Amino acid sequence: MNVSENRAAHGAFGGGFADPAIESAFAFRTAMSVMAKPGEIRALDTAHPPAPLSSAAGTLLLTLCDPETGVFLAGACDTPEMRGWLAFHTGAPVVGADRAEFAVGRWADLVPLDHYRIGTPEYPDRSATLIVEVDTLEAAGATLRGPGIKDSATLSLPDPAAMAGNAMLFPLGLDFFLTCGGRIAALPRSTQISEG
Amino acid sequence: MYVAVKGGERAIENAHAWLAEERRGDTAVAELSIAQIREQLALAVNRVMAEGSLYDPDLAALAIKQARGDLIEAIFLIRAYRTTLPRFGATRPVATGEMACDRRISATFKDAPGGQVLGPTFDYTHRLLDFKLAAEGEVAKAPTAAPRNEPTPHITAFLRGEDIIQREPDSEATPGDLTRTPMSYPAGRDIRLQSLARGDEGFLLGLAYSTQRGYARNHAFVGELRIGTVAVEMEIPELGFTIEIGEVELTECETVNQFAGSKTEPPQFTRGYGLVFGQTERKAIAMALVDRALRWRELGEDDLGAAAQDEEFVLSHSDNIQATGFLEHIKLPHYVDFQSELELVRKLRREAEANVAKQNAGNEDAGKEASQ
Amino acid sequence: MSDYNFAYLDEQTKRMIRRAILKGLAVPGYQVPFASREMPMPYGWGTGGVQVSAATLTPEDTFKVIDQGSDDTTNAVSIRKFFEKTAGVAVTEETEKASVIQTRHRIPEAPLREDQILVYQVPIPEPLRFLEPRETETRKMHSLEEYGLMHVKLYEDISQHGAIATAYAYPVKVADRYVMDPSPIPKFDNPKLEMAAIQLFGAGREQRIYAVPPYTKVVSLDFEDYPFEATKADHACDLCAAEDSYLDEVILDDAGNRMFVCSDTDYCRTRREAGHVGRLGEEVAA
Repeated sequence: MNVSENRAAHGAFGGGFADPAIESAFAFRTAMSVMAKPGEIRALDTAHPPAPLSSAAGTLLLTLCDPETGVFLAGACDTPEMRGWLAFHTGAPVVGADRAEFAVGRWADLVPLDHYRIGTPEYPDRSATLIVEVDTLEAAGATLRGPGIKDSATLSLPDPAAMAGNAMLFPLGLDFFLTCGGRIAALPRSTQISEG
Repeated sequence: MYVAVKGGERAIENAHAWLAEERRGDTAVAELSIAQIREQLALAVNRVMAEGSLYDPDLAALAIKQARGDLIEAIFLIRAYRTTLPRFGATRPVATGEMACDRRISATFKDAPGGQVLGPTFDYTHRLLDFKLAAEGEVAKAPTAAPRNEPTPHITAFLRGEDIIQREPDSEATPGDLTRTPMSYPAGRDIRLQSLARGDEGFLLGLAYSTQRGYARNHAFVGELRIGTVAVEMEIPELGFTIEIGEVELTECETVNQFAGSKTEPPQFTRGYGLVFGQTERKAIAMALVDRALRWRELGEDDLGAAAQDEEFVLSHSDNIQATGFLEHIKLPHYVDFQSELELVRKLRREAEANVAKQNAGNEDAGKEASQ
Repeated sequence: MSDYNFAYLDEQTKRMIRRAILKGLAVPGYQVPFASREMPMPYGWGTGGVQVSAATLTPEDTFKVIDQGSDDTTNAVSIRKFFEKTAGVAVTEETEKASVIQTRHRIPEAPLREDQILVYQVPIPEPLRFLEPRETETRKMHSLEEYGLMHVKLYEDISQHGAIATAYAYPVKVADRYVMDPSPIPKFDNPKLEMAAIQLFGAGREQRIYAVPPYTKVVSLDFEDYPFEATKADHACDLCAAEDSYLDEVILDDAGNRMFVCSDTDYCRTRREAGHVGRLGEEVAA
């Protein structure tokens, strides 16, 4: 993030979409592509939320959240500035982990995973989506297989064992976006994970 | 010679142009104005507002004009328009007990506070065509009386005083909204009532009638039917108080139904409820009967397997816009599917014929052997 | 059309649909309920596909619409025009050039790429619906992965007709978990459901969205002794001589003469332009 963008992000009102209909359409396509193709890493950096949130995570929140979705701000993400920004741009209520449709934060602040809704056998879609802020995002590390992946893919995961455990719950479970600065990848519950 | 079908786009444009011309009809006849439809076809306007879920008489009149009087088509136009409107907020529940009634009748009491007011009803008209209307006759002014200023209390309120009718639970919970959340079953009563209120009048009429004829009969009396206007109020959080933003005409029907009771609970009358935009009393009564039939579970009645008791059946088929769309879509091309079926049937016939031939040959052989 | 938002739907509706699409991709083949909106075209005419397309399109997309494989059928024309007007997207009839393709009843013959999206219009998303009309029951069956009823139905076909008597909307199992209705495509198209493109399915009236991510395993239900067969008319296209494409049968006269032509009009055109000529290719007006 450069200096001028950083300045724009200050306060509740800056750093949003200039043209919401168009910018969220592009942002959604990126989010859809990475969710459909686990392991794919793409750029997503339209919005500029207050620190410490990344541009990718902020863009995703603006694209997917509104008054109908509860958002859990984990750990350091839960600042008055961040609450104000989210409220102003999306109207999404800030809620606890157990009621969240979306949760955002660093892995250490988001765990344990059993706080979140994983859906019900009849409605597996009623589950949370976690936006995990990571320091590195690269096509290296855990091996991924499953829907959306031709043969196999590799992706750096914050906690492969916990995420593999989540996949064991399929068709229930959580879905993850991994965000790093202005880049994004995803890991749906349908992906089987093996180490290295 | 075969020429590939082309020109779908031009065909559509031409069809639309022709439709517009047909809608207008003979140009030597004066064009209908929206005000004429609104004022003189008010019951059609009311139905379009009720089933279109949008209270706006002028828009409903416009839709009727555009739809050439096809009310389901008009309802569709209103629904498609409504769905694009931004939502500013929710109003307070309307207080129908404070309705300024044009009509108010009770079948359960000879008289009650507020009186029996027939209002502008077809009820006792003899259904004789009035040929004077064909000649645009002027209408004599109807007699007037001094308006009542005090509120007209609900009939069920008197029964409630005696505790002889089931109490409805009070709730401050925000009711669900089937236009914002997908339907799931079992639906709550809030969603059921919303669905019925915008459901097809004909469908509900048929279902309600079926309950009267014994398919989950529930012995309905019209406890009260009232038609009139109520104030619509909205709380404005920024102001910290409630303001009136307008008024709507409503028809409300409360039925008093067969009593239920148990060893621990004394017998009590039960109720069904109908509330519909505009003067729409057939619909409101039908709604109340179907609502009552759908309450069998909560009232501890038996599931008699009747259509009107079947929540999923009733709610998933009451919307005439869904129904007409799906019904009419079968006129769209389906030749790809039909071709697939054609090939399959041909194949199955070939195999069946081959089997029959084989069997006949076998029988002939057996016949020959027998004769030898 | 400045009276309406980009791609017609308001932003909140698009967000709701987008969230449903993401959950659909995360649980392939599972039908996600969504609060389908009333569209300015009738239910049953592609409102689900239209809502999915509206939530998916960007101004940079090139959009193609087919109905029965053809770009020029009236409903395809009507939907294409709708998005030309409301989203200002470029449109094409060429499969190759399209980034988003909305379809009713067919999968294009040319293999789709990873950067393409195929949006299906779905009338009845529930594959079990004709065996059990109640949503409350079918939902339970999906949750328990209880698909015995479907196998019984297919098996009854075999005992009655000697073959599985389903020619279109042939049920599939997705990623070894959910039985899914692939929309009323001819079963000839079923093998193509394993593809590189993202597949999104929208059922407006029934309020369901579901999805199949690229390269997802999609298996047509069958039995060991009665394996699934992707069938088509046993002819070559009379215009382009293709032997690998799904064919429409056209009645030419009342003497019983027929011709068979590719249902995928773009595929047929591309082949003819490349010089392929079918039995009647010379005498037919293009």
